[in-house]
Amino acid sequence: MMGFENQGFEEAHLFSSRQEIQSLVLDEPLDGKSFSDYRSAMSSISEAHHPLSPPIVGIEVDDDPLLSPSSYMDRRNPNVSENSYLEPPSYADVVFSPFGNENGEANGFENSTHDSVKSEIISRSASSSSGYIKIAVSNPVKEQEISNSLVPGGNTYVTYLITTRTNIPEFGGSEYSVRRRFKDVVTLADRLSESYRGFFIPPRPDKNVVESQVMHKQEFVEQRRVALEKYLTRLAAHPVIKKSEELKVFLQVQGKLPLPTTTDVASRMLDGAVKLPKQLFGEPATVVAPHEVVQPAKGGRDLLRIFKELKQSVANDWGGSKPPVVEEDKEFLEKKEKLQVFEQQLSNASQQAESLVKAQQDIGETMGQLGLAFIKLTKFETEEAMYNSQRIRAADMKRVATAAVKASRFYRESNAQTVKYLDTLHEYLGLMLAVHSAFSDRSSALLTVQTLLSELSSLQSRAEKLEVASSKIFGGDRSRIRKIEELKETIRVTEDAKSCAVREYERIKDTLHEYLGLMLAVHSAFSDRSSALLTVQTLLSELSSLQSRAEKLEVASSKIFGGDRSRIRKIEELKETIRVTEDAKSCAVREYERIKENNRNELERLERERRHDFLSMLKGFVINQVGYAEKIANEWANVAEETSGYTKESS
Amino acid sequence: MATITTQRSLSGSSQSPRSPSAQPFLGITVTDPVKLGNGVQAYISYRVITKTNFPEYQGPEKIVIRRYSDFVWLRDRLFEKYKGIFIPPLPEKSAVEKFRFSSEFIEMRRQALDIFLNRIASHPELRQSEDLRTFLQVDEETMERARSQETGIFKKKPADLMQIFKDVQSKVSDVVLGKEKPLEESSPEYEKLKHYTFELEDHLAEAQKHAFRLVKRHRELGQSLADFGKAIKLLGACEGNSLGKAFSELGSKSETLSIKLQKEAHHLLMKFEEPLKDYVRAVQSIKATMAERANAFKHQCELAETIKLKEINLDKLMLTRSDKVGEAEIEYRELKAEGEEATRRFETIVRLMSEEIVRFQEQKTLDIGIAFHELAKGQAQMANEIADAWRSLIPKLEACSART
Repeated sequence: MMGFENQGFEEAHLFSSRQEIQSLVLDEPLDGKSFSDYRSAMSSISEAHHPLSPPIVGIEVDDDPLLSPSSYMDRRNPNVSENSYLEPPSYADVVFSPFGNENGEANGFENSTHDSVKSEIISRSASSSSGYIKIAVSNPVKEQEISNSLVPGGNTYVTYLITTRTNIPEFGGSEYSVRRRFKDVVTLADRLSESYRGFFIPPRPDKNVVESQVMHKQEFVEQRRVALEKYLTRLAAHPVIKKSEELKVFLQVQGKLPLPTTTDVASRMLDGAVKLPKQLFGEPATVVAPHEVVQPAKGGRDLLRIFKELKQSVANDWGGSKPPVVEEDKEFLEKKEKLQVFEQQLSNASQQAESLVKAQQDIGETMGQLGLAFIKLTKFETEEAMYNSQRIRAADMKRVATAAVKASRFYRESNAQTVKYLDTLHEYLGLMLAVHSAFSDRSSALLTVQTLLSELSSLQSRAEKLEVASSKIFGGDRSRIRKIEELKETIRVTEDAKSCAVREYERIKDTLHEYLGLMLAVHSAFSDRSSALLTVQTLLSELSSLQSRAEKLEVASSKIFGGDRSRIRKIEELKETIRVTEDAKSCAVREYERIKENNRNELERLERERRHDFLSMLKGFVINQVGYAEKIANEWANVAEETSGYTKESS
Repeated sequence: MATITTQRSLSGSSQSPRSPSAQPFLGITVTDPVKLGNGVQAYISYRVITKTNFPEYQGPEKIVIRRYSDFVWLRDRLFEKYKGIFIPPLPEKSAVEKFRFSSEFIEMRRQALDIFLNRIASHPELRQSEDLRTFLQVDEETMERARSQETGIFKKKPADLMQIFKDVQSKVSDVVLGKEKPLEESSPEYEKLKHYTFELEDHLAEAQKHAFRLVKRHRELGQSLADFGKAIKLLGACEGNSLGKAFSELGSKSETLSIKLQKEAHHLLMKFEEPLKDYVRAVQSIKATMAERANAFKHQCELAETIKLKEINLDKLMLTRSDKVGEAEIEYRELKAEGEEATRRFETIVRLMSEEIVRFQEQKTLDIGIAFHELAKGQAQMANEIADAWRSLIPKLEACSART
């Protein structure tokens, strides 16, 4: 794209020297009255305007029969038609259109070039579908930033009027115009690259970080205007993007651009993971957890370092395992490789085209300078002429000078056209950027799928491990519960024994009442009673100790139960994460497939359009070369004819 | 190169009248440059063929071998002997050592030397020159002796000669601009001529500079076309099908045209740039003659001054009737004769120059006319070839796009 901008400068440069040459008056008769014209011509060369001579424009040229375009064509046709390539009218228009602007202002030519470029692109899109969008960027206006900036007047920006004419039904109208600034275009490009991953989206003009002073220079603004128009026109030529909501909104909605300026910066930075669920990122705890599970022995010590190493090695593993995964689409890979070769050749060709254009421009310029030198010499000889031979020579020189200047002009025009045609190479080079980004969309989508897959497998292994661990714990619990149960059973048995003993004691007490009189039995009864009481007391103490043990056991086991519950919760969370990740994975796989499909479609489209574009480039280039070479040949042939007397004279 | 040689010899014989038996003619051809010697000593020798019916010459045809410094010798001799005549210019020594033996430089110099000799041979005065006869006829040893026998400033090496030539030039400009000498001719007509000559040199130098650049541009465009052709061919190889073929054909055509451009660049150099350069040299030769004229004028004025003083002195002596009158009178008469001789010399220069200017203008109109014709012819031919080459591609491209 730099090439294009350079050409912008070159063109500007060309125009200045072009005017210079146009302002020279070449074809008056060589008598006294023409001197003033010569002098004015000379003064324009030296750029020192004589105060009396008005600023020189090529007005006088109008009534010059040689330079006026229509008569030129008349002159040309009878001479050349028999040996010239007889173009169909459409080619003739393309090739000779610049002549219409010959006497117009400098911009006229440039505009016509743009128009034809545009119409070419549009005609291509028109041939692929009936709908057309014609976009013009015009009328740049400097505006003040409304933000509460501390420095007043510090923030100005330029808005451009973007006018759209279309017959696409989706637009629901035929003509719109909105004001947009460059930032809006950046937003549009960002939104498009997000929504249309895998498409070959025409690359946006460069941001060109420049100082604000430069920013508002006329030529910078103009350059950017041209670049924006080209960009938007290319977007509108894309079969899918031209129907996009984003473009429609950009072109139609008045006032502030409603598209969001930025999405989450973090997610955009992790480009491959744009569509990942948030909980997988930015929460180191969940990531660290498996590490702790896997490597408990190292726990705590230099955790961060270990973590980083782990991540790195994982990344390395991916790097190593990437080729086998990518290889999956053989056809795609072949095409990609072919495209890489193509790109290399394209960049080479584009470079050579640039130097060819440069060489053509140089030869034209030098031819012009030679012409100017001879014009000066003609003027000099005419002024100083003492002998007839000098006048004859001056007349010859004038012929040569005229032819040289004309040839120079033809070279220049031819070059402008050549630039136009060979620009296709540049455009394709620019498009290769889009192809690259589409491919990187694809590979980043693939990376996302891979990330999610490995994430999933690690999550699953974590869940398994946790389940195994908790099942072990459950085993331990069960034995503990069994112990509690046993204890409880013991308590129950002991309590039975106790109640039995209490019952025996009561029964003995009753019997004692019955047999009160029986003194003999008293002693033994007393001893029985005391021994039964002892039994009761023993049983009671035993019971209380058993109860305290049961309580302790219950507390202990309830603690264990609580731990289990949290572990189970964790497992469930993990399962949820796995589910979400799986959703993300299938989403990512879908995205990947979609991008793959887009890639394929775009590759096909690219091939189709490339064929068309390249053919029209070649044709345009060749026809242009033929046209101008014929003109130059004609000019020189005339001079050769006029000077042929000399060779006859000398032989 | 062969074609150029034949062309040159054709135009060389052009100076000779149509019926050689009836009218005197002198035709010279410089051919077959050969490199001799090694290293710093290396030089180029040329075969100089003379065909003539002049009775002063030994025979109708003579072939000698000469080197550049021999030509310089001839030029210097003529310059010394034919004051007031514009001696045809020699091509300059190669400024850049590495181009000295490039075939292009050698060929250009050969052509320029050929023109140099034929200009002398066609000049009504110079063609009678004894030095020319020597140059064209004596064997190599004699030539070398003559060259080394030269005394005075011309005994010096060619490199010094260039310096002297430059000194003369700067002296000329000093003289003409009136920096140094108060004694200067000031007829309006001669002033105009001086002004014309100096301006002309500037203008021509500028034109020649652009012409040389144009040659370079042709070469560069040729190179670019060749590179472009290669790149386009490679790009075509990526395409494979009929489009690829179209690409590679475009590439081949570019390469073909590149060769044509290189040829045209050579043609332009030989037939357009070199004549322009020759024109510049011719103007410089006029300036050298002007310096001689200024010297002669100065000499004449100084003598006139001295004579006047002597006359006053003589009158005084006559009044005092001194013994020295006789001696002084002889001295005065001698001086007077010398003064008359100086005046005659100066007047000869003036007369010759006014004739020479006319010759010069006519000659240059012819030369430049031919150069212009060659330029136009070459450019037209090249442009036509370009048009033809590209045009031949159009049907193929049409067929290719029709299939799409």
